[in-house]
Amino acid sequence: MHTLDLNIGEISKIEGKASLSVKIEDGEVKECKFKIDEFKRFYTQAIRGKDVLALPQLTSRICGTCSNAHLLCAIKAVENALEITPTVQTEILRKLLNFGLIIRDHALHLYVFVMPDLLGVDNILDLDENDPKHHQILDDTFRVKASGNNLSKVIGGRSVHAPYPTVGGFTKLPNQNLFPGLIKELENTRPAILRLIKIFQECDSNLERDTDYVALIDDEFSFLKGCIIKNENLTITCQDFRRYLDGVVIPYSHAMGYKFMEKIHMIGALSRLNLAKDRLNIRTKEDTNKALRLFPSKNIFHNNLAQAIEILHAVDSSVDILSNLSIKDEKPIPIIRKAGVGIGVIEAPRGTLYYKLAIDKDGKVINGDIVVPTGQNQVGIERSIYEYIKANLNKNKEELTNEIEQIIRAYDPCMSCASHFLKVNWL
Amino acid sequence: MAKKLSIGWFSFCCSEDSTILFTELLNDYYQKWKKIVDFKVILPMQRREELADLDVAFVEGAIASREQEEKLKKIRAVSKKLVAVGACAVVGLPSGQRNNFDTKTLDEINFILTRFNYNDKVKKISDFVTVDDIVPGCPMDESIFLQVINKYLREFGII
Repeated sequence: MHTLDLNIGEISKIEGKASLSVKIEDGEVKECKFKIDEFKRFYTQAIRGKDVLALPQLTSRICGTCSNAHLLCAIKAVENALEITPTVQTEILRKLLNFGLIIRDHALHLYVFVMPDLLGVDNILDLDENDPKHHQILDDTFRVKASGNNLSKVIGGRSVHAPYPTVGGFTKLPNQNLFPGLIKELENTRPAILRLIKIFQECDSNLERDTDYVALIDDEFSFLKGCIIKNENLTITCQDFRRYLDGVVIPYSHAMGYKFMEKIHMIGALSRLNLAKDRLNIRTKEDTNKALRLFPSKNIFHNNLAQAIEILHAVDSSVDILSNLSIKDEKPIPIIRKAGVGIGVIEAPRGTLYYKLAIDKDGKVINGDIVVPTGQNQVGIERSIYEYIKANLNKNKEELTNEIEQIIRAYDPCMSCASHFLKVNWL
Repeated sequence: MAKKLSIGWFSFCCSEDSTILFTELLNDYYQKWKKIVDFKVILPMQRREELADLDVAFVEGAIASREQEEKLKKIRAVSKKLVAVGACAVVGLPSGQRNNFDTKTLDEINFILTRFNYNDKVKKISDFVTVDDIVPGCPMDESIFLQVINKYLREFGII
């Protein structure tokens, strides 16, 4: 193909709105613009002057998909600013809430957004229930998603914008009588998740990219604690994140892009498994031994496989915790409002989420700096599309469109998150 | 083939939290709904988009641009009923927080509003089209959503 204008107006089966324009002239890729089209809601400005206790529930509204990740990260930043150390029970409940999010969010992405590409249907609801394979996948879809959803509901009160987590603890504690039912439900999803892992293990989609991998890693793969690691050769503390992360102006996109140490980096499940597969739950490791041998991987499509493995890790870790958890009656730690700066860093489903909050003596937010996963992956997504097109100029427009959409989906971008911030020194 | 309720699900300026809740409702209700509901347009879940002949359009999110306004009017034109879903669609918030920014903050964001042709104000759905029902909440109240969809299943003679 020597000359082509390719415009994908509204990329489907992703969280939020994005588009792509490509120009090929005389066998050369002249333009490749991946644009995040979500309209900004200016949370960076809107949080100024808000009280620290109200902030986490407000910023949770940045994104419906990973709202509980924003909630937990904002709480962490506020607690660090006010020098509050949460109790052991609070930390355990937060882990469970986040595991619920990981299960539901990854399952939504893999079953609802990616699976139709593998099965050659437009969408998951087009599956033929008279076909045993399709029937099984549809059943698995709803079973796995529901288990994550229900875990979040029991622990946080709701799977989206959970109302119980707050600065210093939980306003309402979970009903322990519901734990046996949750454990059973989570255990019952294991065969489905193992089938999912097998599907992505056997998937032959391949796009290898040389990029840096960055993730927040701790000893137990909790998603919530640890240090920021890049390529196993650099470890930095969360407090220093801004020294390494640089904003990139993308004039045609509503969202800010980011590079890590001036280079394109990738975050999310693939990075986490590339950097810390040995820290997964022991039961998960035993049952995914063959799949885990594929990591570390440079294949962008292995982000899907990594997510499937993380679902199993979240299930197994949740079962371990719930089986030994005895809820004590605790009230949230009372806060004392004071001036300070707090940083929160966690691994959201799509990658590392950063909050930096400056607070005045009355507990009001002076400024907030929030860096979301898709903003960080945005530059890499565009580069991957460019490299793919350059290597596949012989393909027709339809093939290119289908495969480009699959590449974008493999990154699991979330535009709702990405577009709702504004760095003011835009040119 | 028995008639099904033809529905569309659309999203404008918002966090898409109600979309997520809708996909989670499918965990429990898909087996029942697949016999009585035709999921004609749900862009987050499908590639095809047939914007025609809808019985009910569920619209999430507020309106932030002229382009969104025009799309909303097209949706209204092809839908017998239109339901505003979630706080942004029903009352315009929290997506419309910038409506209350002071002059200094507005100056800070003005170049973005200009560059991408944002409307001066973010508005709720009923500021542009007739809304037949609402499902309030941030995210939407699931029980009210179920009441509304059941109401239309009855009204259109499906159940």
